[in-house]
Amino acid sequence: MSATQATADDVLIARIAQGDRLAMQVLYGRHHVRVFRFGLRLVRNEQLAEDLISEVFLDVWRQAGKFEGRSAVSTWILAITRFKALSAMRRRKDAELDDETAAAIEDTSDDPEVTVQKKDTGEALRKCLTALSPEHREIVDLVYYHEKSVEEVAAIVGIPENTVKTRLFYARKKLAELLKAAGIERGWP
Amino acid sequence: MMATSRKIPEDEPGEIEALLPWYAAGTLDAREARRVEAALADDPGLVRQYAAIQDEYAETIHLNESLGAPSSDAMQKLFAAIDAEPARAYSNSPRLSTRISGFFASLSPRTLAWSASLGALALLLQAGVIGTVLMQQQETSFETASYQPAPKTMTRSLAPGNDVVLFVRFKPDARVSDITALLGSYHASVVGGSGDMFRLQFAGKASADAAAVLSDLQKEKIVAMAVPAQ
Repeated sequence: MSATQATADDVLIARIAQGDRLAMQVLYGRHHVRVFRFGLRLVRNEQLAEDLISEVFLDVWRQAGKFEGRSAVSTWILAITRFKALSAMRRRKDAELDDETAAAIEDTSDDPEVTVQKKDTGEALRKCLTALSPEHREIVDLVYYHEKSVEEVAAIVGIPENTVKTRLFYARKKLAELLKAAGIERGWP
Repeated sequence: MMATSRKIPEDEPGEIEALLPWYAAGTLDAREARRVEAALADDPGLVRQYAAIQDEYAETIHLNESLGAPSSDAMQKLFAAIDAEPARAYSNSPRLSTRISGFFASLSPRTLAWSASLGALALLLQAGVIGTVLMQQQETSFETASYQPAPKTMTRSLAPGNDVVLFVRFKPDARVSDITALLGSYHASVVGGSGDMFRLQFAGKASADAAAVLSDLQKEKIVAMAVPAQ
């Protein structure tokens, strides 16, 4: 995210704190897709992820006056999303959020072994990325897709910066193991 | 393996090794990015790992982008919920820092550049005034019994005296170089003002010349308004 947009987000939050609905629409338009995708990767249920969006942005509407600008607005919003997603996952722990449901939602393509037969390493990598644990998925997404720094990930997940680094390292090792099991060697580790 | 990527202890990432994903995403600060670059230049093992990370980075983006977008129902649901919220007691005076950042965000880059240049000009003039005052004080700070003051030389004072003084507003698109040139050609100095209205003193022009100076100024392309100060 550019510095200009970060500044503009701060201004939008200040206007939202004053009850400005137009500013809310702009902020929503700017961030809702990323919130949806981050939430979906955690809860693995499209309807639940859509419900999360309104919950997250309603919190933004209510809490805008308390936002102190100590982190970027996008970091703050992702932290709210994570909290809401974990709460939703806890609520639905007994029901659909088992691996079978996740597979039904996301795994419409071949399994990694078949993919390798097709010589499509990229697709196998994506398959293995979805097979990571929620803890590992979120850190991979935050760093690679949401482009968050070590400090920002630490703020979102609520862990020390060193733990952020080691957790991503272990997520990558797990990914390499999954790929190896699928017959793909990448020269690391 | 080089020292930069050595594992301490076993199975823990090295300091630089742990930073590779952020280096790939471009989210390291300049200092750390330079450290990673230097390590990559020396360590083939690190280069192989970095190549794997670049694949992970690209496929994570691909995967997330393939997730699509939410329906418009989500937005409708949100604003219905906002409408149902109890009315807030809004503050009419947002935080000062917010007002300042909002004000600067609303200015165009050209306006900002123009304002900054005028600010610099005002600082320069202020420095001149302070310098003049100090010089004058220095002249009278120490005198011996035999001291004979030298005849006063003619200098241009920045304080309003008998010179013509006018209020002038420049056009918003006036460049600082144009304003400086105008001040020079009229032997004028900025001696005050408020907002975008400047109080200019015209050296060597007596009150009798005020009407002529005013008339000339009003014809200048960069002057939006000129009026007598007294």
